[in-house]
Amino acid sequence: CFWRRFQVSAALKEGHVTPTELCQRCLALIRSTRFLNAYITIAEESALKQAEASEERYKRGQPLGVLDGIPVAVKDNFNTAGIETTCASNMLRGYISPYNATVVQKLLDQGAVLLGKTNLDEFAMGSGSTDGVFGPVRNPWSYSRQYKEKSVPKSHSEDKESNWVITGGSSGGSAAAVSSFTCFAALGSDTGGSTRNPAAHCGVVGLKPTYGLISRHGLIPLVNSMDVPGILTRCVDDAAVVLGSLAGHDPKDSTTIQDNFKPFELPNLTDVSKLSIGIPKEYHAPGLSSEILALWSKAADLFQNAGAKVVEVSLPHTRYSIVCYHVLCTAEVASNMARFDGLEYGHRSDMNESTESMYAATRREGFNDVVRGRILSGNYFLLKQNYEKYFIKAQKVRRLIADDFMRVFRSGVDVLLTPTTLSDAAPYVEFIKEDNRTRSAQDDILTQAANMAGLPAINVPTALSERGLPVGLQFIGRSFQEQQLLTVAKWFEKQVQFPMIQLEEVERHNHGVFQDQKSTSFS
Amino acid sequence: SEGVERLQKAIQFADQLHEVNTEGVEPMDSVLEDRWCLYLREDDVTEGNCTKELLENAREKVEEYFVAPPGNIPLPKLEERETFLQGS
Repeated sequence: CFWRRFQVSAALKEGHVTPTELCQRCLALIRSTRFLNAYITIAEESALKQAEASEERYKRGQPLGVLDGIPVAVKDNFNTAGIETTCASNMLRGYISPYNATVVQKLLDQGAVLLGKTNLDEFAMGSGSTDGVFGPVRNPWSYSRQYKEKSVPKSHSEDKESNWVITGGSSGGSAAAVSSFTCFAALGSDTGGSTRNPAAHCGVVGLKPTYGLISRHGLIPLVNSMDVPGILTRCVDDAAVVLGSLAGHDPKDSTTIQDNFKPFELPNLTDVSKLSIGIPKEYHAPGLSSEILALWSKAADLFQNAGAKVVEVSLPHTRYSIVCYHVLCTAEVASNMARFDGLEYGHRSDMNESTESMYAATRREGFNDVVRGRILSGNYFLLKQNYEKYFIKAQKVRRLIADDFMRVFRSGVDVLLTPTTLSDAAPYVEFIKEDNRTRSAQDDILTQAANMAGLPAINVPTALSERGLPVGLQFIGRSFQEQQLLTVAKWFEKQVQFPMIQLEEVERHNHGVFQDQKSTSFS
Repeated sequence: SEGVERLQKAIQFADQLHEVNTEGVEPMDSVLEDRWCLYLREDDVTEGNCTKELLENAREKVEEYFVAPPGNIPLPKLEERETFLQGS
């Protein structure tokens, strides 16, 4: 029989499906979607053990919570005890973490089943999930009926293999994992848009929480002042549930605020008349596809017709956000990457002539050119002669960007509505024509400013493009107002009814258990 | 070399910052500056005693030491570096 919205947690509670069955189905699906290259490490043994433990708890009628027995995946830049953590880099190949990142520990404490570590751009630097040492991640939608129906083969003999599209990045593996139903939620990281960008391209919900809400302890840092763990799920309610289990002060991360965080349930908003939605005109960025522009406009109308107040606002320093990011990011990267010297962990070169030469060789062998390029730039900007001119200057511009947002929110706007990406996902062969830095500068333009200001932001899958690929829209909220942000996002999600991906592999595996046509959530 | 070229492009890109007037603007270290100051906790030992785990991931070690190659040896000159690194 059909259920409109299948609730896995309820099913687990009622015994319709057991945690081990669920775990095995997900593992089987991971196996049959290997070609996506979404996972770097699959922790099959430990996952099954966790599932068994969960099953015991359900049998006794004592599940730990709504996440008990739920299969999840974690981006490979989070430390996971006993499981290899590589950051998709040669530098950390074979590195087995001695500890769990706080967010990983929290998930495990809630009974979640950790299926594996997902693929990313090396050290989370990139916007395509194409620059890691384990190869690029393929967007599951490349193999969807929706995309295949719309794509015109260039020649009769051209196989479907060559026009697959990217996931976006850098949390592409996590986005692909959720999108292809191999897990119910995944952790990503977001420094310039790395959770929202792949969420948009893969048609999933991608939440970037407020900086300081979720602990970064154990997340291998890129930019300490902007990094946040990101949450990827198939619906907004699930994102709220995961947020609820992860947020809160962590004594091991002094940049987490000490206020008490109360997990919340999202109301079913019916009356939006008290809402004020801001449309920042600068987000009509050069290169924005006409399709997305139209969708954005339609969304604004949707809110207006439902009674909300929709106003055009201005964030004048938007276009400098990317330049600012470029300087601050490379500077922090130069500092953060200094720890990789081959002595205590990670790759170590055979070069043994001297300490200096060992460092140089190790780092040259361990890092790809993207990472090395950023380290070099960062060190340049941090030179005494350049410090004022670049680093401090960028920090000043950062304040102006953050102030722009403050001004808009103070004027009465509750939530901002913007596009997430400039276009739908590009074919891999097109994407790699430009270098990583150029691509990142182009693709992060709509997502980066939220990181600059530390604000919460979420991608909600909105519609399919003409090519049959997902397009999402972004909501940006006030600091620590995730409840309001997610409430609005949930309302919008309900209005747009984004279609479910029609993927052969998923349909084969889900037959018999998940017989619904809508998104499969767990909450 | 490619590295220098890249750096030059990066600097060019960063130079756009100077179009912005930041007269009288204070640099921003952290978005949490209004919320509170980054606190310091008490200087008490709360964890540790995990020498074995910490040594596990190191390639070269002797007893409880990480072993490094000899120090205070300058890197080779620029011209010699390519061949030098190729030896690694």
